[in-house]
Amino acid sequence: MANPRKAYGETLVELGKKYPNLVVLDADLSKSTKTIMFAKKYPDRFFEMGIAEANMISTAAGLASAGKIPFVSTFAVFATGRVYDQIRMDVAYSEANVKIFATHGGISVGKDGASHQMIEDIALMRVLPNMMVIAPSDAIQTQKIVELMAANKGPMYARVGRANAPVIYEKKDLEDVKIGRGITVEDGSDVTIIACGTMVDSALDAHKTLLKQGIKARVIDMHTIKPLDRKLVVKCARDTNAVITAEEHSIIGGLGSAVAETLMDQGISCKFKRMGIKDVFCESGEPKDLLEKYELNEKHIVKNVKQIIKEQ
Amino acid sequence: MISMTSHVPIKNIQKNEYEIKITKSIYPVKVFEKNCPLFFCMRGVRIMKDYNEKTIHKLNLVAVKIRKHIIEMLYRANSGHPGGSLSAVDALVALYFSHMRHNPKKPRDPDRDRFILSKGHAAPALYAVLAECGYFPGEELKRLREINCMLQGHPVCLDIPGVEASTGSLGHGLSFANGVALAGRLDKKNYNIYAMLGDGETDEGQVWEAAAAASHYKLDRLTALIDRNFLQIDGHTEEVLRLESVRDRWSAFGWHVIEIDGHDMKQILDALDEADAHKKQPSMIILNTVKGKGVSFMENNVDFHGVPPNEMEYNLAMEELNLLQEKLEAYS
Repeated sequence: MANPRKAYGETLVELGKKYPNLVVLDADLSKSTKTIMFAKKYPDRFFEMGIAEANMISTAAGLASAGKIPFVSTFAVFATGRVYDQIRMDVAYSEANVKIFATHGGISVGKDGASHQMIEDIALMRVLPNMMVIAPSDAIQTQKIVELMAANKGPMYARVGRANAPVIYEKKDLEDVKIGRGITVEDGSDVTIIACGTMVDSALDAHKTLLKQGIKARVIDMHTIKPLDRKLVVKCARDTNAVITAEEHSIIGGLGSAVAETLMDQGISCKFKRMGIKDVFCESGEPKDLLEKYELNEKHIVKNVKQIIKEQ
Repeated sequence: MISMTSHVPIKNIQKNEYEIKITKSIYPVKVFEKNCPLFFCMRGVRIMKDYNEKTIHKLNLVAVKIRKHIIEMLYRANSGHPGGSLSAVDALVALYFSHMRHNPKKPRDPDRDRFILSKGHAAPALYAVLAECGYFPGEELKRLREINCMLQGHPVCLDIPGVEASTGSLGHGLSFANGVALAGRLDKKNYNIYAMLGDGETDEGQVWEAAAAASHYKLDRLTALIDRNFLQIDGHTEEVLRLESVRDRWSAFGWHVIEIDGHDMKQILDALDEADAHKKQPSMIILNTVKGKGVSFMENNVDFHGVPPNEMEYNLAMEELNLLQEKLEAYS
């Protein structure tokens, strides 16, 4: 297990050395988002903006216009919904080189409840022209993604969850990772599970369980939701004729929608199921209990795969 | 119809028309390209200027020309915001034709002073000023708000030379200016940042987040200007959502506040000098202005916030402005 947030903080510190023009902004949550690690190492390049997220986003755009690479962090709820207009005008429309890195995405935030469980952020960011949307699946990938965010120009949004997450990758696995290119983590021919963020690990567990039952599930880590790796989606649908998407996000507007749009646009007909939060606000509770109640764990992926295969 | 060429009238002002008193020289003297028509306006030294009558007069003449452009643009576009564009003109002219260090030939010069129009709906005023400075051909002004053309209804920083920030959704500009100021401090640059806000715009909560942050970070290279014309779309600012005391509010947020007549060129120039010289605090210049300034029937008339002149109004407005221009020209 390793914490993606911590990986983010550590990577920022490393990148601070590599990029003297990298700056970090936070809105009174630096201890949670782990930007505090950067703040300690580079106090001059860290800006505590207080509980004033709108100002933080526009300020980051100003910094970017003068040649800085601003990383902006807070919880996913405040990093997107609260500041949608600022992101729209000052970041996306202006193609500002602002990197929004949000933590505490999804329902596995747990006990803070629906106010803090962001399940619309991917949809909100995905609809913005010029915006790239990324949901890394483990701490190692987070590190790689943060490096790529710093190295590539343009507006980007990335989100990770709050909790420690099982480590999926070794560093060498991710040398060729590119934004916009999905990773085939497990191959299979009966069904494809396309997952992002915290759901990739559950999909891998489901893969093992299914294998014991003779079902070969391909698992795709679709860390970049926009621009979506359409080629890979199409190939998987053609190869396996059944696709399930899994995300810790609303079933509306996120990865599932992006995949569905791609399949329809390409005229591909296959068995298809979106797994996500079914257009409801969730509630307080232990993360694992919430994921069970809202049907977003290994068990439910297995159930859905079997159902979809049976229908075939 | 007036001609809408990119002729830069300010070109005629000679450097020696300024009576320049050097009070203290804290910055290295920097000479910009001499072929730039505005190089003489760029301040390489910290100076307190005595602006002579002739200088003021010429700037006033530029302001009339900008106002004519605005009326012309809005009439042609058949949409846009005359009121808040006209009230902002004099401060814009003071900034771009006298006060700021900028070079239209190098719009991305890292050392340039920056101006951010937070009240993006005054875009026609900014566009006219930028065109007159030479950032882009004056011909473009004729195509404001037209499809397949550069000049969008509200400013866009990507495509329009000289535009620093994309605005139009109110309340963002001061935060953006803060970011530019923080970057300038990190880079040890000497550039100044100016941001113009509408008075109604300060209804927006984000403005006060930015106000707090600018003062917290002691952004003394930042000067904000508020176009205090007392009118917003739904009516008088004090009836829509009380703003007074504007001065006390900004003071309480830790700003150095200067209050002036926003149509008095000398007062504007002096206030800008004072704001630049003030240290450890950001400065706010309250420009007491008249919405629709320069066109009698648009003045203090909220109906002209976002409605362009019709043909009759256009003719009347141009007649008035032409008269004013002739008067000023006769004087010079």
